[in-house]
Formats: sequence, structure tokens, C-alpha cells
Amino acid sequence: MPDQLLPPAGSPPSDDSRRTFMKQAGGLLGFTLTAPLAGRAERLTAYSTVLEGPSAVSLRINGQAKNLRLEPRTTLLDALREYLDLTGTKKGCDHGQCGACTVHVDGRRINSCLTLAVMAQGKEITTIEGLAKGEELHPMQEAFLKHDGFQCGYCTPGQIMSAVACVKEGHATTDDQAREWMSGNLCRCGAYPNILAAVREVANQ
Amino acid sequence: MNNFSYTQAATAKEATGRHKDTPQAAYIAGGTTLLDLMKANLAEHPQLVDINPLPLSGIEQTKDGLRIGALARMSDVGEHPLVVQGYPAVSQSLLLAASPQLRNMASIGGNLLQRTRCGYFRDAAFPCNKRVPGSGCPALAGDNHNLAILGVSESCIANAYPGDLAVALAAFDAVLTLENAKGKQRRVPVTEFYLLPGKTPQLETVLEPGELVVAVTIPAAAHAQRSAYLKVRERSSYAYALASAAVGLEVQDGIIRAARVALGGVGAQPWRSPEAEKALTGQPATEATFRAAATAALRGAQPQRENAYKVELAQNTLVRALQAVSS
Repeated sequence: MPDQLLPPAGSPPSDDSRRTFMKQAGGLLGFTLTAPLAGRAERLTAYSTVLEGPSAVSLRINGQAKNLRLEPRTTLLDALREYLDLTGTKKGCDHGQCGACTVHVDGRRINSCLTLAVMAQGKEITTIEGLAKGEELHPMQEAFLKHDGFQCGYCTPGQIMSAVACVKEGHATTDDQAREWMSGNLCRCGAYPNILAAVREVANQ
Repeated sequence: MNNFSYTQAATAKEATGRHKDTPQAAYIAGGTTLLDLMKANLAEHPQLVDINPLPLSGIEQTKDGLRIGALARMSDVGEHPLVVQGYPAVSQSLLLAASPQLRNMASIGGNLLQRTRCGYFRDAAFPCNKRVPGSGCPALAGDNHNLAILGVSESCIANAYPGDLAVALAAFDAVLTLENAKGKQRRVPVTEFYLLPGKTPQLETVLEPGELVVAVTIPAAAHAQRSAYLKVRERSSYAYALASAAVGLEVQDGIIRAARVALGGVGAQPWRSPEAEKALTGQPATEATFRAAATAALRGAQPQRENAYKVELAQNTLVRALQAVSS
């Protein structure tokens, strides 16, 4: 279906076409109409904006605003590791099956490998780098050290992020419960018994 | 993943309108199925339409039953008091699935639309009648230990829905609300939502192009309240079912007044079993009755080279589940 008003694929709409005008006008109009949702306005892009190619993406990581230029297909994991030099979060399987990429988004644990960075805008993202307060380690980090909850350390940031959320959720009140609710984090070194001990110690604090 | 464009939709009308403009666009909610497939080059879309701003996350009692918005997350629904109390099997089917991280991301609507775990479907190097109609089914003569034994065809033996939630929803007469590009809504029972493979395994549901899943409504019932979901798998957690059973019973004076049975892991689609329900209704709630129901449920099973074990496994799983709700 031919449409002379469409800009060529990949280029920004700078052709003064009526479609472009309507998109921009619709954007302002849509913004006005959704005023009651102003709280979400920060994470909603303007009504009917289409992001194509490298685009401005603003993320809040560990309490700081970061302005990036990313393609829509960039995952949150890759944004953290490749664009922000926050390499604490690990890429294990890149398919949501191992949990090494676990971070918190608005306080909930998720797999960053299956999250688009562009969709994480307007939310509070916490990575392993954001757990400690300066030199003061998070109690979960202390517990992992105390109980030797790691060998190679690759799964460890994901384990710790998952464990912090697990305890906060109230899902680590018994050994069996903690095992079940930590099952989204795999450890090929087999440090599970020590990971469990660390999680349960913090749960009991 | 291919280099797609991204946009958000604030209303169902905007979402379906976007799809109409770009028919190859895909809706994205939690993204746990879609991005997984796109990373494996099993799906390609020029545009993703983010439907998360739609107001479809509510969980509320209505006159038709419990209405769960399609954008509610698995974790929230699984632990919601109304679900835990009114439909324990549904709650269990959610909390026994995936991982805590995935459950925090994945939407109810998206869960219903997940794809098979058949290794040949998931590897684009292999022919697959579901991916490429007419190209063949290597699973028939290959590794099919995890595939289906009920409702299969010569074209496809995959369990098109390998998950848990839809099995529980099928058991308890849940109804989906769908909305199309004209804003018209229709109600489709979960038991009529999925299509058997037949000669067209590439067609998995009755969804029209661009149609949105808006909500699922589960009617209240005594047999839904006294229910359970039992999942049997190769690992103790974080694995798909080899066989599973969603069951519910209404028992009075030791006699079963009403029964609901659906099997997972063994059917080409979530396998509601009227045969098992007929063998249970009016009978005493005893192991002998449960065994008879299990035999009836698996009658007509077509075991493949490597999954004949599923016949007995599914029967035993069903018996154990029935024992659990009647004790």
C-alpha cells in the first residue's frame, strides 16, 4: 500500500508532511488528554511516537539518571554492560533461563536479558553495584562472604539480587521455601548449600 | 533480534490501530516469550507495540466470576487472595511455573500464547510444519520424549501449549475476552481457544490477526474452590511439566457431585477431559474411581517412540491429584 507521506525507513520525520504534523500535534494532544496519568508521563513517550534506530533513552540506575542513545532492540542487560560499564550484572544464557542477569526494577526481581532498555524508562533500576552504601556492604553481600556462597562468582551478582528480593518477598522463611524461590538462579559450581545458608541467615535477621 | 521500531499504545484502539498499520507488528507485554523467540530468530517483527500502558491489570469479582486482566503479572495473580482462596489450582499453576523473575515479568495474556518447547520447532535449522508449513516433522522419528500423546496428528506431535495456567483455566471453564481492531469484543472459552494441529499446525489459536486478549474470567464454583494442580517434571523446580493435572471436586457424603479435570504436558493443547469427569461424577471419591477416571482420560492416547511413559505417568498424576483434593 503506497503512502507518499511516510518518511523513508530509518530516517527521522523532517519532511514537513501532514502525517508528521499530525503525529506531533497528536503527541501534544495525547499528552494533554492523559494529564491524570501525569505520574506515568515520564515513562510514557508522547502519544504515537515511534522510536526507530538509535534513539534517546533515559534510565534511572541506582538512583542516578543516565541518558543513552540506544536502538529499541537493546536489552536492559546490554545497556548496563555495554553502554554504562556496569558489568556486575552478568550474561549467562541471554534467554531468561539462568538468572545471572537478575536486577531489580521498581523493587521487583526480573531478568534483564529479556527486558528492553526502552521499556525500562521511568522505573527505578537497582543493580548489584547499587546494593552497597559506599564501603558498607549490603547484609546479603556480607552473608554470601561469610557462608562462602560462591566459587567462580559468575552467578553471584544475580544470586544476591535474587536473594535480596526473595527475602523481602517473605519467600525465605524455611529452607525448602528458599530453595524453591531461588530456583530461578542456576549455579554450575554447585554452591547452592552455601547460597541457601546465606539467604536463610539474612531472612532470620 | 532484528532492528525493529518501538511504540507504545495507551488504549486497545491505539494498539489494534498500530497493528492494522503494520500487520507484521507484534504486541509486547512482559516480553518473556516474544524476545526469547526473536533472539533465536524464530520470530521477526518490524515493529513492537508496547501494550503495558493499557488498563488491563485488575483482578476483581464480577457477576460472571473472577475477572483477571490480561496484563496482570503471573506473580501477582498467583498470590492474590481471591485466586488462592477461590481457585487454588489456578494459583498453583502459576506459582509452579517458570521462575520468580519470569513470573514478575510475564503477563497472563502472554502466558496463554507461549509456544511449544519442541526442540525442532525451536531450532530454525530443522524443518518444522508449525514454523514452515509442509516442510515436515522431524520429531515423529526423532527426540519426542517431552512431546504430546493426545490430540496429535501426522503433521505435528508438539504440545503447542507447554505451560500450566491454561490447563487450570481449561479445567474451570474460564472464558477469555478478546478485542479486535473494530473495538468489538467477543468471549471465547479457553477450551475453544486452542486449535488441534490437524493438517495446519501453524494455526494454534482462534485469535484473529491483531486481536488482543483483554481478560480471563473464571466462574465461581465449589469444585473450583476445592481444587489442586499437580505438576510432574524431571527437576524439582523450574522445568516444564512431563505431565500435570488440574482437578476440582465437589463431594457430598463421599459421593462426587461435580468434577473438573484437565491434563497438561500430554496434549497437543490444554487437555480438558470430559471422559474423566464422566467417570467421576456420581461415583464415590475412592482410589478405584480415580483409577477408572485416569484410564478414561488417557483412552485414545497415541504414544510416540520416546514418550510412551507419559500414558502411565499422566494416569498416576491424575490419580494423585484427585487424592490430594479429596483427602
